[in-house]
Amino acid sequence: MIEVDLGHRYRDGFGLEIAFQADVRCLALFGDSGAGKTSVLAAIAGLLRPRRGRIVLDGRVLLDSAAGICLPAAERGIGYVFQDGRLFPHLDVRGNLLYGARARRRQPDDFDAIVELLALAPLLSRRPDGLSGGERQRVAIGRALLSGPGILLLDEPMTGLHRDAADQLRQYLVQLKQALAVAMVLVSHHAGEVAMLADQVVLIADGRMTGQLEPDTFRFRHGLTASIA
Amino acid sequence: MSEWLSPADWQALRLSLRVAGVSVLVSLPFALALAWTLSRKRVPGRLLVEAALFLPLTLPPVVTGYALLAALGRQGWLGAWLAELGIVVAFRWTGAVIAAAVMGFPLLVLSIRVAFDGIDRRLEDAAETLGAGPWRRFLTIVLPLSASGIIAGCVLAFARAFGEFGATISFVSNIPGETRTLPIAIYELMQSPGGEDDVLRLAWVAFAVAIAATLTAGLLGGSIWHRRRHD
Repeated sequence: MIEVDLGHRYRDGFGLEIAFQADVRCLALFGDSGAGKTSVLAAIAGLLRPRRGRIVLDGRVLLDSAAGICLPAAERGIGYVFQDGRLFPHLDVRGNLLYGARARRRQPDDFDAIVELLALAPLLSRRPDGLSGGERQRVAIGRALLSGPGILLLDEPMTGLHRDAADQLRQYLVQLKQALAVAMVLVSHHAGEVAMLADQVVLIADGRMTGQLEPDTFRFRHGLTASIA
Repeated sequence: MSEWLSPADWQALRLSLRVAGVSVLVSLPFALALAWTLSRKRVPGRLLVEAALFLPLTLPPVVTGYALLAALGRQGWLGAWLAELGIVVAFRWTGAVIAAAVMGFPLLVLSIRVAFDGIDRRLEDAAETLGAGPWRRFLTIVLPLSASGIIAGCVLAFARAFGEFGATISFVSNIPGETRTLPIAIYELMQSPGGEDDVLRLAWVAFAVAIAATLTAGLLGGSIWHRRRHD
């Protein structure tokens, strides 16, 4: 269960005023580039401190500006997969994967399972600069999962990938959703992948929420069939 | 080698190496802290702080040495207070360390700051979302990614300290075995008639140390992973 209520204004005048709550396995934030979707994720993760807001994840208050609560990002227990991967260039894949587990002093009992799920075994001793874009994003997803997050935030993880690599990564996400219990928030401007993964869709345009749809309604509006994987 | 260099030469060389090495070790934590502050924090009066930081590079070294003597000498405002605690640095090798550290400090801070500025801040954000607090981020992300810059800064500061002359001789004078470093020994030999051969010998020693320091930096820096930009 996630509750989000945010108000923010950037120096360039762009305003963000968004409130929604959802209790689903995969929530998608759908909208055009520049609509403010990434800002919502950054605020949930604690990388953006909004002027006003309240964010509650599974009953835990991460942010409540009225009460003066703003947990640092390191203490929010959230997994964040960035658009650009952001793997640590000085660590090999194994070091990247285990970074969060070490930082949170967590026993990574699920290491083998996640490595298998994302097909990372052949990459473990490689450095990030030797990986393809799709491989990098799989490592980034594995790294976020192995930190033991309460929720996984995915910020347009397919952006910048070749079509085939993007399709492949979508399949991995579908498998991940089936295999793991972790809740996800997916930011996307790609209707197909939202239809494929989301259990609920929040529509965002120009810093405002313009609707909250069930997946069937979303598919219907975008002329998509309900074929999943 | 031991016959080629006189005991006095060895004494000066050992003292110079010790003074330069200790000066870098002592100033490194302060340089890291200041470089971090200048790179990441909002500093009120930043220009003044930077001007003060660069004073040892811009002032004549002899003036820096005089200022150190005025402050830390036995009659100095800080030195008199330290002397009551039993700490005397003027005309001691520890004073030579302070002079060398002050002269090398701007180079050390500048190199480290450039290295810090070059780190992709978004990597630190990523580490933070993975549960790493400020110290862990500094130790596991910032330090390894700026290691070559920090090593380069240390070598530069070491070389500067090894060659220090003006501030040292005005602050701690020329006392064999205590403050007579290699450059001061060379200067003294140049003043004495018939000392040309000795000067040349010590100049070669200084040359060898300078080359060795640069090679060491290259080897250490090369074995540590150099950051490459994302494509």
